Amino acid sequence: MRFLTQVYPISKVRAPFRAAEQQRSLNSKRVESMADGTQGPGNRKQPPDDEAALSARLQRLGERLTQASRPSENGSGPRRTADASAIARGFRLSTELVAGVLVGALLGWLLDRWLGISPWGLIVFLLLGFAAGVLNVMRAAGVVDERHLND
Amino acid sequence: MDPIHQFQIVNLFSLGKLGSAEIAFTNSALFMLTAVVGLTLFLVIGTAGGRAVPTRLQSAAELSYEFVASMVRSTAGQEGMRFFPFVFTIFMFVLTLNLFGLIPYGFTVTSHIIITAALALMVFFTVLSYGLIRHGLHFFDLFVPKGVPIYILPMIVAIEILSFISRPISHSVRLFANMLAGHIALKVFAGFIILLGGALGAVGWAGGVLPFGMIVALTALELLVAFLQAYVFAVLTCIYLNDAIHPGH
Repeated sequence: MRFLTQVYPISKVRAPFRAAEQQRSLNSKRVESMADGTQGPGNRKQPPDDEAALSARLQRLGERLTQASRPSENGSGPRRTADASAIARGFRLSTELVAGVLVGALLGWLLDRWLGISPWGLIVFLLLGFAAGVLNVMRAAGVVDERHLND
Repeated sequence: MDPIHQFQIVNLFSLGKLGSAEIAFTNSALFMLTAVVGLTLFLVIGTAGGRAVPTRLQSAAELSYEFVASMVRSTAGQEGMRFFPFVFTIFMFVLTLNLFGLIPYGFTVTSHIIITAALALMVFFTVLSYGLIRHGLHFFDLFVPKGVPIYILPMIVAIEILSFISRPISHSVRLFANMLAGHIALKVFAGFIILLGGALGAVGWAGGVLPFGMIVALTALELLVAFLQAYVFAVLTCIYLNDAIHPGH
């Protein structure tokens, strides 16, 4: 599947813009205002500039396209902002807490059974599990940095 | 009328026996097979042309690639791209199964915890094995935060380990609970219409407009949830994989 191995399929997207660039020099009057969509409707009435200004704008557009399409090209390091909507965040926080407590309870119960130290395993691990759940929630909410507890 | 009935597993035909357990082809397996075949066709046909000006199908395939690729780069960094095929497969598989569940008379495969747990455990063991192979025992630095006083370190390490073990649980339960709750809510509101009509006659059927409006709104919400949960599942996969690539900073 070439689709998965292609590193930058964005080049395929940019190709039509290059084609449009050639066409634009032919009938620049009609399409020139489409290049800068962000300049607002006020600029649309202006007469077409000469070729130099037009190519400068095309270059600006190309730069903006590159910027917009590859936001994290230079940053190879980790980034930890999981952007999801509020509903998903709410569900995530609640399940994180419950999962921590459940794992603690399960491990404590198993230790009790294997080592015969009932009920101490359950007591200790339930508390530790609760702490782990709170830690999970705080990490998911971005309150503490992922791996640094004490800063 | 039974809101749980929609989750029933039905054996379509038997594939033989393994010991005393029957290996059956179920409706769940049918939907998963349909999803895999449909996704493969979508991507293979969509990228077959490779045109400069993409067709609609090619554009959709490229958009899904770009979406997942930017998600992987922003959460796991450029190095995370070696896991791109894995994350892309998980995202598209879960998304397709969630959306199939919204088709009337469809079956929601992701509303069974065994499916989501299998996916989450696959991610968990991938993180564990890749981290150990790549970093050796330094992978366990993940559990030892820097700068913690020695006298509380054992407790912190225990908490960190519990937090790590609890990951596949919260990872799988989130997707499963969302799909299950949403589909039950839809069926319960649909049941209200029948109950109202059966009990009050014509007035009841007219009053049934209210729960019906609720169903319309819930279906729209479910569409959002189906996409969102697939996205969250994939993002968390990336975050966990990031720990395997860069453990302990």
